[in-house]
Amino acid sequence: MTNDVQLPELDSVGLLRYGWRQLTSMRTALILLMLLGIAAIPGSLVPQRTQNPMAVSAAFKGSPELSQWMDRLSLFDVYGSPWFSAIYILLFISLIGCVLPRTFEHFHAARALPPATPKNLNRMEFYSSWPATGNELEAARKWFKTNRFRILEKDGSISAEKGFLRETGNLFFHLALILILLGISLSSLFGMRGDAILNVGERFVNTPTSYDSLAYGKLFKDGKLESFILNIDNFDAKYNIVTNAPEDYTLSISLRRGNLENIEKHLIKVNSPLAIGNTKIYLQANGYSPVVTVRDSKGNVAMQGPIPFLSQDGNLRSIGAIKVPDADPQVGFVGSFVPTYARSNGNGAISVFPQALDPRLLLAAWSGDLGLDSGTPQSVYRIDTSSMSQLGLKSLKPGEVFIYPGGSITFEGYVQWVNLQIVNDPGKNFALLGAIVAILGLLASLFTRRRRIWIRVGDVVEVAGLAKNAAPGLEQELKVFIEAVKSEAKGEK
Amino acid sequence: MSRTWAYLSNYLIYSSMAVYTLSFFAHAVETAWAVKITKVSTDKNLDYKRTEKVARIATAMMILGFILLFAGVIARGISAGRVPWGNMYEFSITGALAFSGAYLVALRKHDLRWLGLLVSIAVLLTLGTAVAVLYRPSAPLVPALKSTWLVIHVSAAIISGGVFLLANAVAAAYLYLDSMESKGERSHWAKRLPSLEYLDQLSYRLVAFVFPLWTFAVIAGAIWAESAWGRYWGWDPKETWAFITWVAYAAYLHARVTIGWRGRRAAWLCLFAGSTFLFNYVYVNIWGTGKHTYSGL
Repeated sequence: MTNDVQLPELDSVGLLRYGWRQLTSMRTALILLMLLGIAAIPGSLVPQRTQNPMAVSAAFKGSPELSQWMDRLSLFDVYGSPWFSAIYILLFISLIGCVLPRTFEHFHAARALPPATPKNLNRMEFYSSWPATGNELEAARKWFKTNRFRILEKDGSISAEKGFLRETGNLFFHLALILILLGISLSSLFGMRGDAILNVGERFVNTPTSYDSLAYGKLFKDGKLESFILNIDNFDAKYNIVTNAPEDYTLSISLRRGNLENIEKHLIKVNSPLAIGNTKIYLQANGYSPVVTVRDSKGNVAMQGPIPFLSQDGNLRSIGAIKVPDADPQVGFVGSFVPTYARSNGNGAISVFPQALDPRLLLAAWSGDLGLDSGTPQSVYRIDTSSMSQLGLKSLKPGEVFIYPGGSITFEGYVQWVNLQIVNDPGKNFALLGAIVAILGLLASLFTRRRRIWIRVGDVVEVAGLAKNAAPGLEQELKVFIEAVKSEAKGEK
Repeated sequence: MSRTWAYLSNYLIYSSMAVYTLSFFAHAVETAWAVKITKVSTDKNLDYKRTEKVARIATAMMILGFILLFAGVIARGISAGRVPWGNMYEFSITGALAFSGAYLVALRKHDLRWLGLLVSIAVLLTLGTAVAVLYRPSAPLVPALKSTWLVIHVSAAIISGGVFLLANAVAAAYLYLDSMESKGERSHWAKRLPSLEYLDQLSYRLVAFVFPLWTFAVIAGAIWAESAWGRYWGWDPKETWAFITWVAYAAYLHARVTIGWRGRRAAWLCLFAGSTFLFNYVYVNIWGTGKHTYSGL
C-alpha cells in the first residue's frame, strides 16, 4: 500500500553519479553563481572584523543580543564564513566538473575535421546559388586557406569551419578562474601580513615581537620572515593650504638586509611600496606622537618618550593615552593633540590645519588604578578611568610643564609616526596571471564567431552557411566569399 | 591660472546642461508628436516626416551638449593638473559624459533616437546633482590616488558604467514595450520603435561588448590596490559591489548563452545587474565606509 510509486533503486554509486550530474549542470552552476553574488551583499552592509573591528565591537556594545545572533551566522566574517565558503567551493567544483570534460572534448574536436557538407544545402541559412563556370571549388579552397578556415573536401564540395577560438577562449577563461582561486589559497596558506607603528627615529627589526599585529598563513613558518632592519629617518607630509587635504607623504628609511653591512637609503610612498625579496613594505596611516617626560614629586623621571596618538579627523586632531604604571599610585593622562590649535565654541580645542603649525597638548591627569593587571585587554589609546580620580586639566605648548599633585609632565615636542604594513603574499602572481589569462580568454570567447560555410559545385554552385549562437555578421562574410569566388573563377577562365 | 580653467569648466558644464535641456525638449516633442494622427490612422498612413526633423535637431543638440561637456571635463582636468577623477563631482560629470558618449557611439550603428528622451533626462539629472550637491573646488589629488592606475582603472570603470546603463535603458524600454504589447498593440508613438527581439539582442550585445572592459576595470583596481593598500582584494564595500556587479553580468551572459534566456527574464536580470552598479556608485561612495571614500563629501 505504501509503495504506490516504484522509485528506481539507486545504489550509492548511482546516487553519487546523480549528485555529480546535478552539481555540474549548467543550471546549478548558474544558481550558485547568483547565490555567490547575493551572499556577498551582507558583508558590505554589516561591519566586518577584517576591515573594521572597531565598528564590530561597537555593534556588540550597542545591541549585544542581536550581535551574538549575527555572529553565530558569521555575519561579521562573511567572506570567511562556512556558508560563503560552501557556495564558492561548490561553484568551483561545479566549474571544474563542467570545464574539464569540455576541455578534452574541445581538444579532440579541434583536431577533427569539420563534418561533411549537408545534402540539401538549400535548406540551410543564407542559401544562394548561381550557374557554375568550373573553377569555383579551387577559388573557394584558396579563399578558405587565406582566411584560415579548416576545410573538408569531399565529392565536389567543401565544408569549412572557423571560430574554434571561441570555445578555446571560453575554456581558458574558466580555467584561469581556478588559477585565481589557487593564487588566493596560496596567499592565505603561505603568506604573512603584519602592522607596525613606528615613530620617526625608531628602528624596526623584522622579528615577530616587533609587530603591533601579525598574522601568518596556516603553513607559514616563523623562520621565514625576511631578515632586515630598517630605521625611520624622516617622514614628510604635504598639505593643500586651501582644502587642507593631504597632497604627498614621503617616508625616508635606512635599510640593512640580512647579514649585509651596507646601509641602503630608500623612499616609500603610498603608491610605491618597498620590496625586500618577496616581502613588501607599505606606507599606510600616519599621525603625531607627542613627546613627554613624566616626573614624580622628587623629580625622578618615571616615563619619557613619544606616545602615538590616533587621528580623529582630516585636520589630525588626535587622541591618546599616556600611562605611567610605575608611579605610585599609578598615573594616567587622557590626552588630545592638535597640530594647529584653535578654539571652537562648542567643542573646545580643535585643529584647523593638519600640519603642526601651532601644536597643543591637552591633558586630563588621573590617579588611581589603570587596570592594566586586570587581564582584560586594553586599548593603548584609551584609559578606563572608572577606578581613578581626576587630578586636573591643562593645555600645554611645547616646552611647558603641567605640575599636578604628586608629579609633573613636560610636553617636550612631537614626532610623527607611520604605520607600516609588511606583507608577504606568495600567491598574488598566480592570481595576476589568472586574471590576465581570464581577460584574454573572455575577449576571445566573446568576440570570436563560430561559423561554417559550405560550397558545392556541380552544374550550379551552391553556397550556404551556419552561425553558431546566432552570431551576427555571417551574411556579410558570405557576400564577400561569394564575390571572391565569382571573380576568381572568372579571372581564371 | 588654474582658477580660470576651473571657472571655464563650470561655464562649459552649465552650457552643456542648457543644450541637453534643449535636446530633452526636442526629444519630448519628437515622442509626443511622433505621428500625425488622422481620423483613420492605420499603420500604413502613419506619417513620420515631421518627427524626423525634430529628431535631427534633438540629436544635433545632444552632440553639441556632448562636445561642451567634454570640453568642460577637460578644462576641469587642466585646472587641477591631473585627470578629472578625484572626487564624486568629477566622477559624475565624467560618468554623464561616458553615458551620452556611449549613446552617441551606439547611434552610429543603431537608430536609437527614440531613446534620446531617456538619455537626455538621465544626463541632465546626473549633471544637475553634480553641480548642485556634489560640487567641490578643483584641488590636487590625495596621495592614495596619485598613480597611473587612476587613469586606467577609473576610465575603464566609467566607460563600462556608461555602456551598462545604456544597456539598462534598452532593457527598460524592452520591458515597457513588452507590457504595452501584451495588453494589446503598441500606441502610435511607439510603433516606430524597433521590435522586441531587436531590443533584446541590443541590450545583450551592449553587455557582451563591455563585460571584458568591466572585468579589466576590476582587475586593474586589484593591481592598484596591491600597490597602494598592500592587498589586491580585501572585500572593501566598493570591491564587494564591483564583484557583485561582475557576478550579476556573468550570470546574465551565462543565462543567455548557455540556458537560452531571452526577453522579459533576461531584461529583468540585466536591470538587476545594472542597478548593482548604480548602487555601488551612489550608496558606497556617499554613505559607505571603507577605503574608496574619495567622494569629497
